[in-house]
Amino acid sequence: MEINKEKLDEIILKYGRDKAHLLAIFQDVQKEYRYLPKEAVRHICMRLGMPQVDGFEVATFYKSFSLKPRGKHTVHVCLGTACHLKGGADVLLSFMRELKVKTGETTADGAFTLESVNCLGACALAPLVRVDEKDFGKTTVAQSRNIIRDFTDHH
Amino acid sequence: MALSLKQLDSITSAFNAKEQAYDKIIRVCCGTGCITSGANRVLEGVLTAVEREGLSSKVLVKKTGCHGLCERGPIVTLGNDEILYQSVGKRDVAADVDLLLKTVTEGKVADKLLFRDSARKEKYTSSLDIPFYKGQKRIVLAMNGLINPEEIDDYIAHGGYRAPFRAFQMTPEEIIDWVTKGGLRGRGGGGFLTGRKWSSARAAKGGLKYVLANGDEGDPGAFMDRSLMEGNPHAVIEGMVIGGYTIGAQQGYIYVRDEYPLAVSRLTKAIEQARDYNMLGHDVFGSGFDFDLEIYRGGGAFVCGESTALMSSLEGKSGEPRDKYVHTVEHGLWDKPTNLNNVETWANVPHIINNGLDWYTSIGTKKSTGTKIFSLVGKVNNTGLIEVPMGISLREIIFGLGGGIRGKRQFKAVQTGGPSGGCIPEQHLDMPVDFDSLTSIGSMMGSGGMIVMDERNCMVDVARYFLRFLTEESCGKCVPCREGTRRMHEILDRICKGAGKIEDLMHLEELGKALQWGAICGLGQSAPNPVLSTIRYFSDEYKAHIIEGRCPAGVCKEITTFTIMEEKCTGCMRCAAECPMGAIIGEKKEPQRIDDLRCITCGICYDVCSFDAIKIG
Amino acid sequence: MVQLSINGKKVTAEEGEALLKVARREGFVIPTLCYHELLGSSGRCRLCVVEVNDAGKKRVVASCLYPAKENIEVFTDSDEVRLVRRTVLELLLARNPSAELIQHLAKQHGVTEVRYTPDQDKGKCILCNLCVRCCKDIVGVSALGMSGKGPMKKVGPPFDEPSETCIGCGACVVICPTGHIAMEEEKGVRTVWQKKFELAACPKCKRYHLPLFQLEWISKTRNIPVEELMVCEDCR
Repeated sequence: MEINKEKLDEIILKYGRDKAHLLAIFQDVQKEYRYLPKEAVRHICMRLGMPQVDGFEVATFYKSFSLKPRGKHTVHVCLGTACHLKGGADVLLSFMRELKVKTGETTADGAFTLESVNCLGACALAPLVRVDEKDFGKTTVAQSRNIIRDFTDHH
Repeated sequence: MALSLKQLDSITSAFNAKEQAYDKIIRVCCGTGCITSGANRVLEGVLTAVEREGLSSKVLVKKTGCHGLCERGPIVTLGNDEILYQSVGKRDVAADVDLLLKTVTEGKVADKLLFRDSARKEKYTSSLDIPFYKGQKRIVLAMNGLINPEEIDDYIAHGGYRAPFRAFQMTPEEIIDWVTKGGLRGRGGGGFLTGRKWSSARAAKGGLKYVLANGDEGDPGAFMDRSLMEGNPHAVIEGMVIGGYTIGAQQGYIYVRDEYPLAVSRLTKAIEQARDYNMLGHDVFGSGFDFDLEIYRGGGAFVCGESTALMSSLEGKSGEPRDKYVHTVEHGLWDKPTNLNNVETWANVPHIINNGLDWYTSIGTKKSTGTKIFSLVGKVNNTGLIEVPMGISLREIIFGLGGGIRGKRQFKAVQTGGPSGGCIPEQHLDMPVDFDSLTSIGSMMGSGGMIVMDERNCMVDVARYFLRFLTEESCGKCVPCREGTRRMHEILDRICKGAGKIEDLMHLEELGKALQWGAICGLGQSAPNPVLSTIRYFSDEYKAHIIEGRCPAGVCKEITTFTIMEEKCTGCMRCAAECPMGAIIGEKKEPQRIDDLRCITCGICYDVCSFDAIKIG
Repeated sequence: MVQLSINGKKVTAEEGEALLKVARREGFVIPTLCYHELLGSSGRCRLCVVEVNDAGKKRVVASCLYPAKENIEVFTDSDEVRLVRRTVLELLLARNPSAELIQHLAKQHGVTEVRYTPDQDKGKCILCNLCVRCCKDIVGVSALGMSGKGPMKKVGPPFDEPSETCIGCGACVVICPTGHIAMEEEKGVRTVWQKKFELAACPKCKRYHLPLFQLEWISKTRNIPVEELMVCEDCR
């Protein structure tokens, strides 16, 4: 993976080369590449003067970071309590069937990554599905196909 | 230059004059829930229509924070709570916008947009009459839905930022005395006395101190902090300025979940505006005191809601908690004295300072003062955010404000306290909701999630759900939590699949005790609560799974089948239309049959059948 | 100095000193896995728990971290303590069925049965974190760390690839209480954590001793000529 070190340095400098902002730096870098390339983590650790293991630990501890390339779109199916009680798990299963992947995996064409998430805080609209930055409330098993189609057309 | 109290008053009059110049105000809720239901399209539609009709000088269109009635979004209100419209633009944005304008110009109330209480079969025009709002006491949430959270002048015009002026007239000790005597307890879960925490943080040695706001609302089923940060961010800032002054901290941090992008952007804007008015920064409010705030985004780890894990995360590390034998008020962030309070707790502070002790202690109960925001979700008719005085009964909340259980079903349990809490059965419904009562029956207040369940929810499955959650969210540092939660989940999973043994129940209780005593932090120590409380109140359901190999609620797929009873089926084919798998076969007006090979036991057929013709087996 | 009691015996300790140290000094036996005299406490294994009664408030605490206070009563063998220890050992035995140390400790504490399906994929690693702390605090190269969360947590070099900073010293192998970390030497090559190191042959006795990489690192950090270090300790 070829990484743009100047762009990385720009982000690192934005946060004052401060180790305390490691999460924020990772978040910004992930926005750039849709995942955290290993080479980027190495470069960031070097610039912040911290051991690579510490960067690796943070990158693997938090759910929002991924060291694996992700699809163009990420489907988050909420499995918070309200969503669970209203059939969120069945909605997740329907996305697995439609996309032919398991949770955490990316479709072969690189279009979608499927993730489950423990509560997005829109419980009154359970079950909730978030695709990229768009939320879908009161989703049903039957709807998953339409939601995917909405995003397939645009790429 | 810092603003004076007088300048705040002139901002207020200028702002009010500006608003009063309009004949009507239309408020469109732009909280996360309403946006999901299409509020942005409604807002755009209203703005365009107002302009098109040449009403721009007469009608003010405002974007506000969350009203709480998220399920019925998008919510639009007219005037000051005179009319509440719900599900606006759900089907047809243009048509509903027309109706809205007609209300404004012709005074014609649009019947179809009014709130209908499905339990009472009544319609309401003003939000003040809707039972969901009527039973509330909105203090912390009062400005949500009223003001534009992105406009500081709006907040000031509604009485905002007056409290620091009062606070700076008091000594820190006096403020601590107020907060302590006011009985304010931590809204994030533990219910620890805020005043006592502040007092220890103030007494702690060290020049550099910090105040933190915990906005890492990870409890599944709870979203009050999100709503506050999105709908009224300045209240949190105001509280933290007072807290900083009181304990002697010059820097504060707000830790917000990464899953809440709107909260992050609204808070960021609010902080910038507060800095512009010199309410943050150097010499705030002309008091000679320096105080600034910064936002940190979390990384998606539930454990970071725990104080020591949150601080570790703020330092840029993974969120592993530590034993708190030495308190964080002495050694916290960067090893400095640190005072951490929940977002809702901070938002309470200005109200205590503004309205005084007597007022505050008159709300709630003796040992749990003030109000608490709950997110009432699950199988109730009215779901959403409510703010109620402490001491109200669960029954009032669920059957009064919530309008009872949805459809023809029965109440089974209410889950409070998130993964650290428990399930409360019918017999305790009349118990007052306060910190100590909830703990006494094996649950807890937690951050305020209140999830209502009916007989179609399986209590063993609920316990399994929480233990799956906790296994995933355990940081993995200590053995009891890392290994214990996953083994508890394994046992529960076995029971749900019909392979449980009766001795599993004793085993779960024993493991539960070991976690309560042995784990490092609150996550592990309280992880057994969902299991222990369901065993305590719903042991029959566990036994049905273990001994009879069936799930009475029809949830646990491995031991559930749905069959259509020929004699009751009218062949209306409603179930066939709703079945996502096309697994229901039969001719119209003839009894239907379920194809077991295609059936995914989701139970939609059972839920939609009006003739009770489907049997759980 | 403060006065406290352990299992009824009056003892004195420095204020703030870890209860584990005090108890061991007084001859009480408290088992530990993640504690090490050189590396201190981290509170991970929870085997060292004791019960503390502080002015009527009873709680089970990790003795490796709990600070000695005036007048507290400490119990090293109460029912609660025994339950936590037995649970920890049963859970670890299920995680690391092949770890001899865990088998031994479990037997000693009366854990005769494991009620869980044993793991096959965790080897003997109990996640005590001693190797990580040793590599960071004693060796000073931070070649090892923790990754993942919850049940997926594990120990290893960054990105599970041979570490750039590992000097092949093998300190992690020595400090590991269960013998999880493998280190092999064959034909003058040492392999540890997937990284291969050429060993230096002593110019006097011709025997292989330490990795060349490690010698160069010592030479650089302590300012000793490499030639001097090439001679093995026996021949020096």
